[in-house]
Amino acid sequence: MSDDVSTQIHEAIESAITENPVLLFMKGTPDQPMCGFSARTVAILQSVGTPFAAVNILPDPRIRQELSTISNWPTIPQLFIDGEFVGGCDIVTEMYESGELQTALGVEDANGGEPAPEPAAQEPAPLSIENRL
Amino acid sequence: MAATDVPATPEELKERIEAGIPGATAAVTGDGHHFNAVVSAAAFKDLSRIAQHRLVYDVFGGEVGGRIHALSIQTKAKASETENIA
Repeated sequence: MSDDVSTQIHEAIESAITENPVLLFMKGTPDQPMCGFSARTVAILQSVGTPFAAVNILPDPRIRQELSTISNWPTIPQLFIDGEFVGGCDIVTEMYESGELQTALGVEDANGGEPAPEPAAQEPAPLSIENRL
Repeated sequence: MAATDVPATPEELKERIEAGIPGATAAVTGDGHHFNAVVSAAAFKDLSRIAQHRLVYDVFGGEVGGRIHALSIQTKAKASETENIA
């Protein structure tokens, strides 16, 4: 029974990774991040200006378990671009500051070389959010 | 190894990283739950950032996210062991 649910979650995660060009697994939502690392990663993606889908891993611990078996990565957040695992908050921050993230996302390097933005407290942003789980 | 009911310390994390990754030098700060590790190692050479970070996470296995609530990592590839002056 619970194995069936885990399998369903696993398949839903894999589908989400395949179907969303930019997908962030995070604690909370872009509007209400529940962890500083997730908030920082959201702030970076919003600064770059790329629409991204987000999945909140908090509602069910099995989401995180299954995600980690796919990515082989222990921490949250986790960013996927074009179906590939890119990294967590530290790597996304480094890539943003070097301009690699903007290149990977195919956007102009408007902010490259600048320090990563701190998360805004409550700034509603124009996002396309697709929570499939 | 480390008892699960004892709070983690920056010193413990530093020792375990340096023991777990041959030739690594680590500088670790933290409050017992959230840690930041700057790790230099020759073993990082030619590895992707993801692979470098995985080497560090692998030192702690399932403790990351549990006993070690959060571990931020910055990695640097060291040219050779002779630069290890720690």
